[in-house]
Amino acid sequence: MINSTEIKEDVTIMFAGDSGDGIQLTGTQFTDTAALFGNDISTFPNFPAEIRAPQGTLAGVSGFQLHFGSIEMNTPGDALDVLVVMNAAALKANIKSLKIGGTILANTDGFDPKNLKLAKYPDGVNPIKDGSLDGYKVYEIDVTKHTKSALADSGLGTKEAERSKNMFVLGFIYWMYHRNMEHSIKFLEEKFKKRPDLIEANIKVLKAGYNFGDTSEAFNSRFEVKAAPMPKGIYRGIMGNQATALGLIAAAEKSGLGLFYGTYPITPASDILHELSKHKNFGVKTFQAEDEIAAICAAIGASFGGSLGVTASSGPGIALKTEAMGLALMLELPLVIINVQRGGPSTGMPTKTEQADLLQAIYGRNGEAPLAVVAASTPSDCFEMVFEACRLAIEHMTPVMFLSDGFIANGAEPWRFPNASELKNIKVQFAKEKNKGDKFMPYLRDKKLVRPWAIPGVAGLEHRIGGIEKEDITGNISYDPDNHEHMVKTRAAKIDNIADYIPLQTIDNGAADADVLILGWGGTYGALRNATAELLAEGKSVAHAHVKYMHPFPKNLEILLRNHKQVLIPELNNGQLIKIIRDKFLIPAHGLNKIQGLPFYSADIKNAVYKLLN
Amino acid sequence: MSTETNQMTAKDLITDQEVRWCPGCGDYSILKQVQTVIPELGLKRENIVFISGIGCSSRFPYYIETYGMHSIHGRATAIASGLKSVRNDLSVWLVTGDGDSMSIGGNHFIHMMRRNFDVNILLFNNEIYGLTKGQYSPTSHEGQITKSSPYGAIDHAFNPAALCLGADSTFVARAMDRDPIQLREVLKRAHLHKGTSILEIYQNCNVFNDGAFEIFTEKATKKLTTLFVNHGQPLVFGENNRKGIKLDGFAPTIVDLETTSENDLWIHDEKDRTKAGILSRMFDHPSTEGAMPRPFGVFYSEDRACYEDLLNQQVEDVTNKRGKGKLDDILKGNSVWEIK
Repeated sequence: MINSTEIKEDVTIMFAGDSGDGIQLTGTQFTDTAALFGNDISTFPNFPAEIRAPQGTLAGVSGFQLHFGSIEMNTPGDALDVLVVMNAAALKANIKSLKIGGTILANTDGFDPKNLKLAKYPDGVNPIKDGSLDGYKVYEIDVTKHTKSALADSGLGTKEAERSKNMFVLGFIYWMYHRNMEHSIKFLEEKFKKRPDLIEANIKVLKAGYNFGDTSEAFNSRFEVKAAPMPKGIYRGIMGNQATALGLIAAAEKSGLGLFYGTYPITPASDILHELSKHKNFGVKTFQAEDEIAAICAAIGASFGGSLGVTASSGPGIALKTEAMGLALMLELPLVIINVQRGGPSTGMPTKTEQADLLQAIYGRNGEAPLAVVAASTPSDCFEMVFEACRLAIEHMTPVMFLSDGFIANGAEPWRFPNASELKNIKVQFAKEKNKGDKFMPYLRDKKLVRPWAIPGVAGLEHRIGGIEKEDITGNISYDPDNHEHMVKTRAAKIDNIADYIPLQTIDNGAADADVLILGWGGTYGALRNATAELLAEGKSVAHAHVKYMHPFPKNLEILLRNHKQVLIPELNNGQLIKIIRDKFLIPAHGLNKIQGLPFYSADIKNAVYKLLN
Repeated sequence: MSTETNQMTAKDLITDQEVRWCPGCGDYSILKQVQTVIPELGLKRENIVFISGIGCSSRFPYYIETYGMHSIHGRATAIASGLKSVRNDLSVWLVTGDGDSMSIGGNHFIHMMRRNFDVNILLFNNEIYGLTKGQYSPTSHEGQITKSSPYGAIDHAFNPAALCLGADSTFVARAMDRDPIQLREVLKRAHLHKGTSILEIYQNCNVFNDGAFEIFTEKATKKLTTLFVNHGQPLVFGENNRKGIKLDGFAPTIVDLETTSENDLWIHDEKDRTKAGILSRMFDHPSTEGAMPRPFGVFYSEDRACYEDLLNQQVEDVTNKRGKGKLDDILKGNSVWEIK
């Protein structure tokens, strides 16, 4: 038969089905194969909020979105080219994300009356039969039937046989995109090492899916996505939370400190704990505390003892840690606080992304309590920025908050990972001797205004620290009015001084004096980068800068902003960075705010820029 | 270094800070006994850390010349958990009060005991909030008139020893500020115990709850209201120790040694969890009809692995099994590809 092959620059696919359908596995297998081929990739998993929601229901739909291409991939894709659905609920939950004219691959077995009812389609309505999908290319495949017949002689029970139906889909998609199955075959051989019958069965079904594409006359178009022109080097795939965990281990090694990670399980931060707890052979100590407060306090205790104390949570947990953050900044001990932001307030939307904790991070404590804050912009950037958070915390003896978010925490991208030797060393100086005649003064500062880190065990340096206001230099309790004002200003100046030790702000893309500067921060980087590239290609005068050091700002930020005619600040919140920019620089920036638990799409940004340009 | 240790005296543990508890406060006595006992423990001063929360008692670290942290309300236990996790070489002492440990810090308090970190917790119980000027605390008795309970407290009071045993504490003891000899003894025992040692100390707040423990501390009543337990010894009390406690099944009963043989008495066994539970429940106010005397001393002492040792052991085991981690290996991960 004749197959036409169409060349595509990029494709966005979503695999969707019940959480028991092996959707995440199918997605990651295709991702790995695409990456190995040389495509640039960006992925995002979409889990149901309930762990085991009833099968076949809308609440139980699990999705995996993959964007791969021969060009730079900055986001998991705004709209889908291909939607693979294992049942009716998966179609209903995701059809609105599919481009008009897009392709639907539907497992017809998942559209039987029972599944249609579970997906809450009215009686007698079947979307793949009633013409409601006329604007799309719909391919119907009875995946269950094909899987069963491929395994008819395998000796596997019906249930076990049916479990490999995701491999049929994977095989078919491999055929559709001209991919070979080698990586997945190797993966299956490793995964089922102890069950040769399952290796054989899964490979058989995988190949059956591929061959089905080849032999069935229903499909006459295939696609090809060429390799992307990525910088040369060795790559791996990385998710944000994983990068965060690795960044912490790297910072511990580069500072020579032990890593102590005190935390309490919370979505979407828990995967950092899961990752770190695997790496005990790096000397990593993970402590699953009884609550959020204990988690941060234990980290403070560890820092007091001379380790790198780290705690992590998401919005509600960060709120609980607030008082202890105040203590850490009074004690002037190193501490890293990780906030993987999610939709708020209160419990909010735990599995959805948002960047609404910036003001909480910078201002959210009692008293005048300045905190250094950094934010990661992509999954792999979590590595770099959490490493920076550790560096600043240790070298400036202060708590530092690292902001990530649910989008980049669970998102994945290729990462040209560094060699350990390329990472900079973090300087640790424990006090060894008395610093003022025959006395030790715990709050005698150096020129950076940093106090000495004197850990227990050194004779002669015994001293007491605490949360009560203290006299400068001696650290003794003091309610003296002038001293208090002096200490408040000193603590603020110490944080402001950090600006001398961080990189200057750069422009990511575009001119230094554009008509519109798009100023972003955090996990919106990919979307803003895409939109900027598209606008520049249209000949618009735009530029994009992405802030990673949120407090203090890079020293040149104000000048950089003033060189542009207008400043647009898109944020996934109700306007937070914009408040700070207006307050600090009196610049009349424009906001673009999306508060739907969803990332920005290119079109959101472009429309806002068009408005400003007109 | 041992000579230096030997040379440490109570005086070396006094800081240059003026002690600011109210004149007559029970805290003074406790501070003095701690400063007296520590030089006898063979510790180096630089390896001792005192951590406290918030409350009158929590000013303690400022007055003892060791490493110290005056932290936030209820969290000394949590801070000590982190410190011990990374520094098992340190002798860590916690100073807390009834509100600090059992109200705002209740959660960390019970979890510290189940994990059994090797720390000593000095729980100053004065049955009142002193620093905030006189509100009822979780150990105030029902009906207690305080600033926040002018018509009498309606909260049922915690029984700290029973609470600690319920949380699987491995060491529970009770002492009082006005019996310095016994206090010094149990302070030493608390230090010697490997694991979380809870030492509840009845401490008089002479400003907001004066005389709360008078009935146990004053000569006239002490003999009949208190029972000092010693491992392997029969439970006796009263004038010339002529009264004893006998176990009638699980029910303790008071007997007269004029008519009962000492051989029939309850012999104190610190390793017996059930009997420690019964001791902790001898908690009726002495004015109650048929009240048992209030026990003092070490109720219970058990050897159980400490969290920090298990943590260190696990790190060591995994390192031995998998080899010391190499940063380049985890940066690389399990699957890489090359773009040429």
